[in-house]
Formats: sequence, C-alpha cells, structure tokens
Amino acid sequence: MSVFDNKSSESPSSCGLAGMSHNTLPLLNEVSHALKRLVRTGESTIIDLRAIPFGPGDEARLINLLGKGEVQATLDTLGKTTVTETRFAGVWLVDHYNSEDERIAFQIEIIDIPELLRAQTEDMYESLDLLGEVVEVEKQKLNGGSPAIQ
Amino acid sequence: MAEKNTLGESLRRHGVSRRGFLKFCTATASLMALPPTMVPAIAEALEKAKRPSVIWLSFQECTGCTESLTRSHSPSVESLIFDHISLDYHHTLQAAAGEAAEAAREAAMHENKGKYILVVDGSIPLGDPGYSTIAGISNLEMLKETAKDAAAIVAVGTCAAFGGLPQANPNPTGAVSVSDIIKDKPIINVSGCPPIPTVITGVLAHFLTFGSIPDLDQYNRPKVFYGQSIHDRCYRRPFYDKGKFAETFDDEGAKAGWCLYKLGCKGPMTYNACATAKWNQGTSWPVESGHGCLGCSEPRFWDAGGFYNALSVPISDNSQTVAFAAAAGLALGAAAAGLNYKNKDEATKAHGTVTIDDLEKSS
Repeated sequence: MSVFDNKSSESPSSCGLAGMSHNTLPLLNEVSHALKRLVRTGESTIIDLRAIPFGPGDEARLINLLGKGEVQATLDTLGKTTVTETRFAGVWLVDHYNSEDERIAFQIEIIDIPELLRAQTEDMYESLDLLGEVVEVEKQKLNGGSPAIQ
Repeated sequence: MAEKNTLGESLRRHGVSRRGFLKFCTATASLMALPPTMVPAIAEALEKAKRPSVIWLSFQECTGCTESLTRSHSPSVESLIFDHISLDYHHTLQAAAGEAAEAAREAAMHENKGKYILVVDGSIPLGDPGYSTIAGISNLEMLKETAKDAAAIVAVGTCAAFGGLPQANPNPTGAVSVSDIIKDKPIINVSGCPPIPTVITGVLAHFLTFGSIPDLDQYNRPKVFYGQSIHDRCYRRPFYDKGKFAETFDDEGAKAGWCLYKLGCKGPMTYNACATAKWNQGTSWPVESGHGCLGCSEPRFWDAGGFYNALSVPISDNSQTVAFAAAAGLALGAAAAGLNYKNKDEATKAHGTVTIDDLEKSS
C-alpha cells in the first residue's frame, strides 16, 4: 500500500482528483533521508516548500501525513509565524505570514529545535542590561527611595 | 532619495527584532528562490545593504507589469524591500507630473550617477518615435539618456525584454527590446506578460542584497526563476510521460487533470517560475486552473501560430527547445506533427500578408 492509498485526508485533493498528487511521496523520502542525516551526523536540513511544484491538494496531503506532535509555538514578529513539531520528532513545519496574514515562507525544518525559537545572543545581552535596571529599581523601592518610573 | 543607512539599521530603527530579521532573511531567501542555507549570507549582506535609487521608465506597455507588481504590494516582504529602495521616478505611480516629474528623474540620475537601477517596462518604437513619447521626449532618447549612468538595467515584462505584443506582426511601430538598443550595460530580462510579481521583486531583492546581478540564462533571464521549463516543473508532467492527454477542455481527461499538451500548452518550451511561485498569493496558475501555458515569457510568443495548436515546432530559437520539441512531436506521432507544421506554415504565411489596412478592413 502506498501513501497515495491513504483515504483519510480531508484535503481538496480527494475531490475527484485522485492520482494527481505526485510530489508528496518524493518529499517524504527527502524528509526521511534528512532525518537520517540529522540522527547520524547532527546535520540539519531546511526544505523550502514554496520551491516545490505542488499540485492541487499536495500540500494538504503532506501536512496530513506529517501530522501534529507535542510542540506548537507562535511567534509574533513581522506578522505571525507558527512552528509545529510533526508527529515525527525532529521534523518541524515552520509557516511564516506577514502582517496581512499572507504566507511569505513555508518550510520543513529537520533539526532538534528551529533556530527561530532560540533566544538570540544579542537579545540575551540586551536583556541582561534590562534585567539589571529592573533589579536596581526594585532595590530602590525596597530601600524607601522614590520609585524610578521611566 | 537614496540613503546612507544600511537596511539592517533601518529595520532595527523600525523596531524589528533579531528574530524578525531572521524571519525577514528567510522570506527573502525564499523570494529570491535561493536555498535556505543561504540565510546567514543574506543576513550578513542585508546588514550592509544600502538603499538604492530606482528609476522606472514605462514605454510602449499596457501597465500590466506595474499592476502585477503593485497588486502584490500589500505589506509583505516585497513591500518591506520596497520600503528600502528609493523609487525616484515612475510616472504612473508618482504624484509629480510634467516638468516636476522629469526634474525628479534628472535629479536622481545626477545624485546617484553610476549607482541607480533602471527598470524599464514596455518596448521602444524605432519605426516612428511619435508612437510613444514622454514629456515630448522620444522613448529611444529617454532610454539612452537614462541608461548612460545606470549601474544595471532590469527589463520588466516581455515587451521590454523581447519586444512583446507591440513587436507582433505587423509591428506597426517598429518596436524593439531594451537589449536591441543598449549594448554596454548589464541587462536583466524579467520576461512574462506580466512577469510574476515575486520574480520582479526577487530580482530587485537580489540586487539590493548582494549589489550584483544574479546568474543569467542565454536570454539574460535570472536562472533561479527561468532555469527550468514549465513542463519540467509541472505537476501534470507524469500524465505527459504516461501519454494521458486532455483532448478538449471539457472531456474526461480535462476533468481528471491530464496533460494539456494537445490543447496547445507551451509549457515544454517556456521557461518561468509559474509552477512553483504561482499567482494571486500562491493560489493557482494557468495549468492548475485548466488552461495550457501561453508561453508568455518567451520571445515572439504572440506569433507562434495559435495558442491552442499543439506544440511541435519551437517558437524561440533555443536550440535545446528545438531538440525537445521535436522529440515531443515524435512522441505524439508523425501525423499530429505534420498537421502542426502545416498550421505553423499557414500561420506564418498569414502573418506575412497582414497589414494595418487589412486589419481595418476586417474590423
């Protein structure tokens, strides 16, 4: 039985277009090889899904096959980005939208954790300064000094 | 006018976080059709990228190229990029008119001498310059004058790239492409009628990011977008390989999504990014909506002998296409190929005798 025999998809591809999805299986194979590489060598892979010539329903079928795992995160920067771990650990769907809710990038990342979720080093240095200021203000409050309201 | 601030500084001034910048770079890589592994290089380049001046000249055109671009211009990566170029002259979009507009063009040329990008849409009439003038200046004169100090020229749309519809038989205006006139500047042809908006912005983004022009094919089109044929990237390709073709637009084959080759699809000899970039925010593209490719990003696509005649002879002088199209013709059988050669001959003959008078008589 091939993945194309999977009838559980509720995607538009099942609407009289059976047999049209030809890019799902090669892509799944690519993901499988990338995951093998990650496990064996630690090398991560990013696949840009906007560069894949999907037919009608291919994308929905792929998402359906990958399923949902335990982790989901949403970032709000230059529009929304959703990061979803699929039911295959180490395989993530990263979906970028702009402030008008239009998709601007859509990727599969095969990595332990997507780079976008990590705190950025420069931001952590800035946070250190900021946290120092907050501690200073709270100290002054405790010592009876006038609260320094910025 | 062009600024000294880098794009990285400008983004931070607008409150974009580092995660936001990373996202911006990811989307820019996707927009430029570059692999995601290029994101760190893009981030580094964008940190240093300066805001370039762009002068946009519109000649014999229908404004479809500008429509294509501006329709995609809701706040997005493209618009972020456009926030970071300085569009100093575009007579359809700018508020200034007449002498003030021309003064803006001259000022931008003077202040950014040797550094500005010249974008051209539309062909240039050589037969009679009177067919298209701006502020009393002929298209030829304006192109030569503005191209002189440009860093690079982007010919947007098939008219500017190859002559396009104005050049179609009987070519009453004597229309030619930008590269027919300008020989001493790097020219990037972004063909299509119209071109895909993200391809236009992708090319500008490449120049903005790396300060150089991308790798080009034999027609000076960026390989990242025009490197593969529509046919090779088409999701219906497996049906072609199996010999399953729609014979009419409403038969069972058409309903089952079979290959549109026999209905005149020009995918095998057309090089463009429609199959992956798609149209209308990635909604669909001609083949997905059930119509064959017209081949609009190729030279002389309008005079190919009919949009609905199956391809058996090439309409471009691409030698690889000749081989491919001939092979495809064989695959379909000699009878079909012969019929199409006959159609092509008839079309060529018919075009050869058409004059403006003939068109007026028949209308």
